[in-house]
Amino acid sequence: MEYSLKVVEHYTSPRNVGKIEDASGVGEVGNPVCGDIMKMYIKVEDNKIVDVKFKTFGCGAAIATSSISTEMIKGKTLEEALALKNTDVVNSLGGLPPVKLHCSVLAEEAIHEAIADYYRKEGKLTEEEIIKKCGLKKHSSES
Amino acid sequence: MNIIYLDNSATTKMDERVVEEMIPYLSENYGNPSSIYSIGRENKKVIEDAREKVAKILNCKADEIYFTSGGSESDNTAIRGIAYANKKKGNHIITSKIEHPAVLETCKQLEKEGFEVSYISIDEKGIINLEELKQSIKDTTILISIMFANNEIGTIQPIEEIGKIAKNHNIYFHTDAVQAVGNILIDVDKLNIDSLSLSAHKFYGPKGVGALYVRKGVNFNKFINGGHQERNKRAGTENVAGIVGLGKAIELAYEDLEEHNKKIRELRDYYVSNVVKRIPYIKINGDMENRLPGNSNISFRYIEGEGLLLNLDLKGICASSGSACTSGSLDPSHVLIAIGLPHEIAHGSLRISIGKYNTKEEIDYLIESLVEIVGRLREMSPLWEKVIEEEK
Repeated sequence: MEYSLKVVEHYTSPRNVGKIEDASGVGEVGNPVCGDIMKMYIKVEDNKIVDVKFKTFGCGAAIATSSISTEMIKGKTLEEALALKNTDVVNSLGGLPPVKLHCSVLAEEAIHEAIADYYRKEGKLTEEEIIKKCGLKKHSSES
Repeated sequence: MNIIYLDNSATTKMDERVVEEMIPYLSENYGNPSSIYSIGRENKKVIEDAREKVAKILNCKADEIYFTSGGSESDNTAIRGIAYANKKKGNHIITSKIEHPAVLETCKQLEKEGFEVSYISIDEKGIINLEELKQSIKDTTILISIMFANNEIGTIQPIEEIGKIAKNHNIYFHTDAVQAVGNILIDVDKLNIDSLSLSAHKFYGPKGVGALYVRKGVNFNKFINGGHQERNKRAGTENVAGIVGLGKAIELAYEDLEEHNKKIRELRDYYVSNVVKRIPYIKINGDMENRLPGNSNISFRYIEGEGLLLNLDLKGICASSGSACTSGSLDPSHVLIAIGLPHEIAHGSLRISIGKYNTKEEIDYLIESLVEIVGRLREMSPLWEKVIEEEK
C-alpha cells in the first residue's frame, strides 16, 4: 500500500496526541471491531477551538487523518471547523489509498461529535438544532 | 538502513548457492528442453535431475512430480484437476476454514460449478477437528484438502491421521505443504498423501516455480493446455533456471534441516519469552507445540497491526499482520477469526517468521523496537486509555 510522504510524516510524528482533562467537548467515533476508533478532545473559548487533542486506535491512515485534522481546526471558529470536509483532509494529506478513504470520514465525524458534545454541555441549543448544525447521523453518538 | 527480514513465511532470501546453480540457465544454457539437439537435451536432463531431488526428499517416484509456477498453481491444478477427473464418483470436497486463498478460492469456484464443499472448523490452537472431518465424509466425497502447516499461525495439522482417514474411505488426500516443505520431514508414502503442493521461494529458492506431487494412479485433469511438457500434464516451455534452483534449494534445505531448525526454534522461543516478559496485555495465537519452528503470531491488545508494521518498517524491520488494514478489506485474517479471536484482538496481531539468516542481535533489536512502538501506539490509543482508567 502506497502512502503519500505527508501521510508518512503524520503517522510517524503525529501532532496533538493526548487528552484534554477539562475539555469543552469530546467526540468518539468508530468501533474496535472495524479496527478504527477516534477520540477528539476540544477546548472552546469565545466560539473558537483554542486547543485540540486526539487519541486513535487504527491504521497509519487513521492516525495521519486524526493528526492533520487537529491541525486544521485549531484556532478556527466552531462554524469553520464544522465546514471542514473529509475531502479537505484527504487533499491536505496528498491523497489516501481508496480503501483508506473511510478514515478521513471518521476524522470529520469525530470533529462534529466533539462540537456537538460542546453544544450539549453549553445547553443553549435543542438536540434537534445540534443534530442539524453538526450534521450528525442519527444515533451516531451511540455507535 | 539495514533491513531486518523477519517475514520468511512470505518469502525468503535466495541462498547464494542456489543463485550460482541457476545462472548458467539464465545465460549460455538457453536450449529448449523439448528440442532434439544437444543444448536442448542437456536442459531436459537438468530438469529430470531436479525432479529426482524433489522425489527423493518426499519419498516418491520422480514421475510423480510435476513442475509448476508455484504453490497457487499447484493447489489449483490438484483440486480442480482431481475434482473434474473424478466427477463421476462424486461431487463432494472437504477442506478447512484456514486454508490459503489458493485452496479456498478454488473451492468456492468449484461450488459455483456444482460441487459441494465442507469447510471443517478448527480449535482455538488452530488444529483441525478430526471428528468433524470424519462426520463430514459422504458417499460422494472425492477429495480431502487440508494444509500441512498454516501460513499465519504456523500450526502443523495431524496429517498422518487425516491420511489414514482418507485412505480408509478411499478418498483422495491433497495437502498444501507450501509452508511445510523445507521445514519439516515429509514422507508422502508413509503419510498417505495423494497430492502435495510446494513452492521454491519459501525455502531459499527462486520465486515463480513450484511443484506438485500426484501419486501414480490418481486421475487429474491438466490445468494448462498446449504442448506435451510435464508428461502432458502441464503445457508450456519449462522454467529451466527456476526448476534447477528449486532442485538445489530443496536439496540444501534438507541437508541442514536439523541444524537450522534448532537455531530458528531457539530464536523464536527467545523472542516470544521476551515479549511475554516485557509487554503486558498480549495474546499468543496458535499452538506452541505443533508449530513451524520459525513462526510466531502475537496480538498486542489495544493497538492496530498496520500502525505497528509501519513503525517497524521505519526501523528497517519487515514483518506482517492479520489486521484488516493490511488485507485491503474491512475484515481481519480469516485464520485468526477461525481460531475464535475477537476482531479487535485479531487487528493487533503481528506475525514474525524467522529464517536461517536471522541472528540473535536482530531479535534483540526487534524486541527493543516493539517495546518502544507498542508503548507509543498504546499512549495514542483510546482503548488503552480506558484500560488505564479501569486499573486506577
